[in-house]
Amino acid sequence: MKLSIVNYGAGNIKSIQFAFKRLGVDAILTDNPDEIIASDKVIFPGVGEASSAMIMLKESGLDLLIPKLTQPVLGICLGMQLMCNHTEEGDTKGLGIFDADVKRFSNKVKVPQMGWNTISNLKSDLFKGIKENDFMYLVHSYYAENCEASIATTDYELEYASALENENFYGVQFHPEKSGIIGSKILENFLSL
Amino acid sequence: MLTKRIVPCLDIKNGRTVKGVNFVDLRDAGDPVVLAKQYADLGADELVFLDIAATLENRRTMHDMVLKVAEQVNIPFTVGGGISSIEDVDDLLHCGADKVSINSSAVKRPELINELSQKFGRQCVVVAIDAKEVEGEWLVHLAGGTIPTEIKLFDWAKEVEQRGAGEILFTSMNHDGTKAGFANEALAKLSDLVNIPIIASGGAGTIQHFVDTFIEGKADAALAASVFHFGEIPILELKKELKNKGIPVRI
Repeated sequence: MKLSIVNYGAGNIKSIQFAFKRLGVDAILTDNPDEIIASDKVIFPGVGEASSAMIMLKESGLDLLIPKLTQPVLGICLGMQLMCNHTEEGDTKGLGIFDADVKRFSNKVKVPQMGWNTISNLKSDLFKGIKENDFMYLVHSYYAENCEASIATTDYELEYASALENENFYGVQFHPEKSGIIGSKILENFLSL
Repeated sequence: MLTKRIVPCLDIKNGRTVKGVNFVDLRDAGDPVVLAKQYADLGADELVFLDIAATLENRRTMHDMVLKVAEQVNIPFTVGGGISSIEDVDDLLHCGADKVSINSSAVKRPELINELSQKFGRQCVVVAIDAKEVEGEWLVHLAGGTIPTEIKLFDWAKEVEQRGAGEILFTSMNHDGTKAGFANEALAKLSDLVNIPIIASGGAGTIQHFVDTFIEGKADAALAASVFHFGEIPILELKKELKNKGIPVRI
């Protein structure tokens, strides 16, 4: 199993690497297109601000590479948001992999949402063995609207898409690498897709 | 529904936990990694590591500890103590910390909050505020509550939010160590004033104190040290009781 984590300078990727290590898989951190293309599975992480993350992505040319990948790709947190059409954060155009728009929570709730919330309406092999309303750890101020591509939803101010799927592309808003044994099971599922 | 978080806090000195811990079946209660794993298994939602001897020499030891925790623990954790620059934060995040907590350095140079938030995102910037109620006025204190300032708690809380803090960790020096309950009145006022999560700290003694701080104090998370370390309040029992009281928790 060759697993790559796309390294474009966006945030803490050590935890993701460690989470896979706990599953016995050594993930490679790389921004090398050939290495990414040659991987069996690709993780597209992201923490921080959307427009600056997109600039970093463009600088490395990875914005063109990622949508063309044919192996299973998992976007996590901001990674997932950047795979959508557009995000309100910094009015940023996304990669357009998921037909969804990303909006900011209103000030009726505390922003960022920070902590453990449940995932429901699960429909993907990514969630094999995961129960409805299992808990995941989330930290985010922007959310993907509920849409056709939704494979999980979460309630915070409104029901939004906390996971998305389109062909070989998967995205999760929550942090499976920080969500205890259940999160770890999701990463394991991804590895066996 | 987003759940309320229970957050054990570990004081670290030279890579070891300092306050005693009294867990049954623990190989090495002084090893933060062993303790952290234990807490994760027991149902803690998040952990805070506070470097109480944050000297230059200790920094390497702290980095090693953070790396080991990140390697073995599968819940989020915050690291605080002696953090005063972008480089400090960069190092800790690269070692696998999820969030950093800054305190005195933010009071001394508030722009640090803006800088960190712009560079790393506000989700990883926790501003810790120690305050003491003096003659009816809540004033920010430094150095573990020993040095008073003239900064008013509520003004400062608003300012740190505006500058980009993702969360506030509020410790009442009047309540800390008393085991007589959290500073719920001030906490509720903070929660109404700012729109970022508030972690209540200082005063945990009984399960009821946690119930009160989530209901009356409107806290989003509650932090405690000794009641957890000495097994006075088992986390699972605490969470079951919170759930019985209608407070959303992860069990």
